[in-house]
Amino acid sequence: MPKIQVSEPLVSPDVLARVLMAGRGTGAEFSEVYIEDKRSTSAGLDDGKVEQVTSGRDRGAGIRVVSGETTGFAHTSDLSEKGLIAAARAAALAAKQGGGGVNKVQLGSLVRHPVNEVKISPDGVEKSRKVELLRRVDAAARGVNPAIVQVSAGYGDSCRRILVANSNGVLSADEQVRTLLRVSVVATGDGGMQTGYDSLGHTIGFEMFDENDVEELAIRAAKQAVTKLSARPAPSGSMPVVIKRGSGGVLFHEACGHGLEADLVGKSASVYRGKMGELVASPLVTLVDDGTMTAEWGAIGIDDEGHPSQRNTLIQDGVLTDYMWDYLRARKEGRAQSGNGRRQSYQHLPMVRMTNTFVINGKADPDDIVRDTKQGVYIAKLGGGQVDTASGDFVFGMTEAYLIENGEITEPLREGNLIGNGPEVLKDIDLLGNDFAMGNPGTCGKDGQGVPVGDGQPTLRVRSMTIGGTAA
Amino acid sequence: MSVEVPDLQKLADLVIEQAKIGEQIEAYVARGGETSVRVYEGQLEHFVSAQSEGVGIRIIKDGRTGFAYAGTLEPSAIDEVVAEARDNVQFGTVDEWAGLAEPDGVEQVPQKLWDEELANYPTDKKIQITKELEKLTLAADPRVRAEQSNYEDGWGETAVSTTTGIRESGRGNSCYVSVATLADDGDEALTGFGFSVGDSPKEFDLNKAAREAADRATRLIGATKPASKRVTIVLDPYVTSQFVGILSSALNGENLAKGRSLFADRLNEQVASAKFTLVDDPTNELAYTATDIDGEGLAARRNVLIENGVLKKFVHSSYSARRMSTKSTGNAIRGGFAGGPGVGCLAMQVQPGGKSQAELIASIDDGVLIQDVAGMHSGVNTISGDFSTGASGIVIKNGALAAPIREFTIASTLQKMLLNIVNLGNDIDWLPMRAVGLTLVIDDVMMSGS
Repeated sequence: MPKIQVSEPLVSPDVLARVLMAGRGTGAEFSEVYIEDKRSTSAGLDDGKVEQVTSGRDRGAGIRVVSGETTGFAHTSDLSEKGLIAAARAAALAAKQGGGGVNKVQLGSLVRHPVNEVKISPDGVEKSRKVELLRRVDAAARGVNPAIVQVSAGYGDSCRRILVANSNGVLSADEQVRTLLRVSVVATGDGGMQTGYDSLGHTIGFEMFDENDVEELAIRAAKQAVTKLSARPAPSGSMPVVIKRGSGGVLFHEACGHGLEADLVGKSASVYRGKMGELVASPLVTLVDDGTMTAEWGAIGIDDEGHPSQRNTLIQDGVLTDYMWDYLRARKEGRAQSGNGRRQSYQHLPMVRMTNTFVINGKADPDDIVRDTKQGVYIAKLGGGQVDTASGDFVFGMTEAYLIENGEITEPLREGNLIGNGPEVLKDIDLLGNDFAMGNPGTCGKDGQGVPVGDGQPTLRVRSMTIGGTAA
Repeated sequence: MSVEVPDLQKLADLVIEQAKIGEQIEAYVARGGETSVRVYEGQLEHFVSAQSEGVGIRIIKDGRTGFAYAGTLEPSAIDEVVAEARDNVQFGTVDEWAGLAEPDGVEQVPQKLWDEELANYPTDKKIQITKELEKLTLAADPRVRAEQSNYEDGWGETAVSTTTGIRESGRGNSCYVSVATLADDGDEALTGFGFSVGDSPKEFDLNKAAREAADRATRLIGATKPASKRVTIVLDPYVTSQFVGILSSALNGENLAKGRSLFADRLNEQVASAKFTLVDDPTNELAYTATDIDGEGLAARRNVLIENGVLKKFVHSSYSARRMSTKSTGNAIRGGFAGGPGVGCLAMQVQPGGKSQAELIASIDDGVLIQDVAGMHSGVNTISGDFSTGASGIVIKNGALAAPIREFTIASTLQKMLLNIVNLGNDIDWLPMRAVGLTLVIDDVMMSGS
């Protein structure tokens, strides 16, 4: 990883060192300052009108103090030395009442771990060009079919500068630039209304629109809504499910991703506790979490504890090889962090989170996977999902799906959830394609915090899953 | 509002004084704080004490709207926000209905939204309560582990001023405790939760929270996957609250105006069972989300939305009302200073029936008590009405609770489910959510399993 000296940190290292010492003023063994300065622009179009362009600025510091098993946390939007020291004292008191001691903090030199290669900073792009994208999306979607009755589109960019310093000497910085475009479409027909949705998001700047066709995105969303107008109710019961490449990474995010987070494992709130080295998935499955994937939505240079992001193999050929770790959980186990300590903003405590989570290529031809399936469901687009990590039961929505009959994709299906049990579904993956693709940008929610994540997978088949439809 | 916040109001006033000719300006200024305590295995796991503040500014000129916000109340930063919002105006499309709310003469209903005892509640007692809740939970059933025991409180102060004559400020605070439980079942563990809400911690019912959290986890031990079939479902109050909450989007006047409501063209028609009456009433102090003003500073008010199954009203902000040639119902909602107002229900309440949950269950031969649902965000489409969620619960056989089941889905459409409501419980539960909880019985839902 290249190390670049940063000329102007958000707060000077001298001040940071004094704040960290104040954090340990009650005798706590660890203190940390997290500073964030985020600028964002968003624009929304709905009903043919650009409703509003919004500019935002969020800036502040979160201070964490750890004493034994207890974490104290305080945050402030006052970045003066006085404001930071006051927050540090509050966090110190929260972590440990009384006690005391003087602890010298020696910070290393500031290192930066850039993951972004931003060619065109969105900050420097005229807002009119951002708004123009929305108009193009609106026109393209409406042009698909007269049945399209409503289009809403959103543009968003953010530039998030972070600086992390802790009493172990860590001092690192990152600048995370993200750009997003999303479109929702409503189509109407004899059977009522149906919706289509698509989005495009990367950890890069405005050059995203040189490399991607926004009209294509709009047309995909519009066609999805129109197709569903003639959809039949989804089946109910268990059957084979084929998931198209790049649309089903959320399956792994829910089926095992969350269950491999060390904070949940540590409290025995994961069905994957105590399974290290065991076969937990079909031998076809190798699962990776990789924060270093430049340009992907979950990419980060450092995590929100200042640890450089890394590529971690969690499941190798079906065998559980590692969990994901943040500082506290790694410290408890006496092992290294894995770059998975993340937080929504300076107002939040970090915890174990995924970055870009994906299953690598198998060998099957994706067309053969469909041909080999006599009867089942083909999912071209997944919605969100949810998991109970303790039982392993998880759901995810299908927003574009079709029947498979005699090895062919046939009729479109109405929306619904699928349900399965993580370990069972992982073992039930019997065909894995060679056509890997990353999926749509996602926001992962845990304990009230949302962070950007990516996922991906090649076309694959699960031998049996329960489809939550209404047809018998 | 019942308690004024003069310094925030002054900040908001200063912003709108900067209006230029032809501009409408709205300043929304907020400040708040929270305490969060988490206990695990008798130890304090974390203690969070934090404050935040910020301002959101909306400027409208010649039908175009611009918005900007900043998470600070520093005067120089506020000037920057005004400049940004003003710059953003030029990029909006002219919208003949764009505009800020104007005073409508509706009186606020006085409410007690601020509790002085909570505001001064000592920190060590908050920690003690959280430890006590964990202890009670573990004592409730030997098969139960506690994943986390939490105490949360928050306070907020807001002020809104507009060049159209709105000038309101106020403050509120609230607190609750919650506990998450685990009950081991082989390699797997089943989860439960319980919580208690109060104006101040002295109103908490820790025993009830502990008992519910233990029961929810343990009663699913040994649960199996059911076979697919059509069933009558009995929604637990917590599930009903989520079900009713999603109706907010279909009753939203802005969605109606933009052709996104499944209730379009259904006003004064039968959209639900005659037993179903739904009211949005933020003036009811018992509701967790009770408030005296909406997100635009208009008085919050009681609105009957569905009466005996007949659709009576959509909820509106001043914008959606203008579009639909009607008046705001006081239903502008806003998530804080970082965004402009949208439209939504504020505190949804369902008129209760006459029977307890036990009595309702006793009258069902073949059904399922739904204890929890998953994937409300991924499998429910409030525009098409398609409804499908993961679920866990207990089989009802000949009027009695039988075996636990999990890893199945329940599916129908929102339109059908509303018409198929056959009974409502009298067990109103004021949950910390946007809609009230009570037992709801719905016929003819597809259960999908093995």
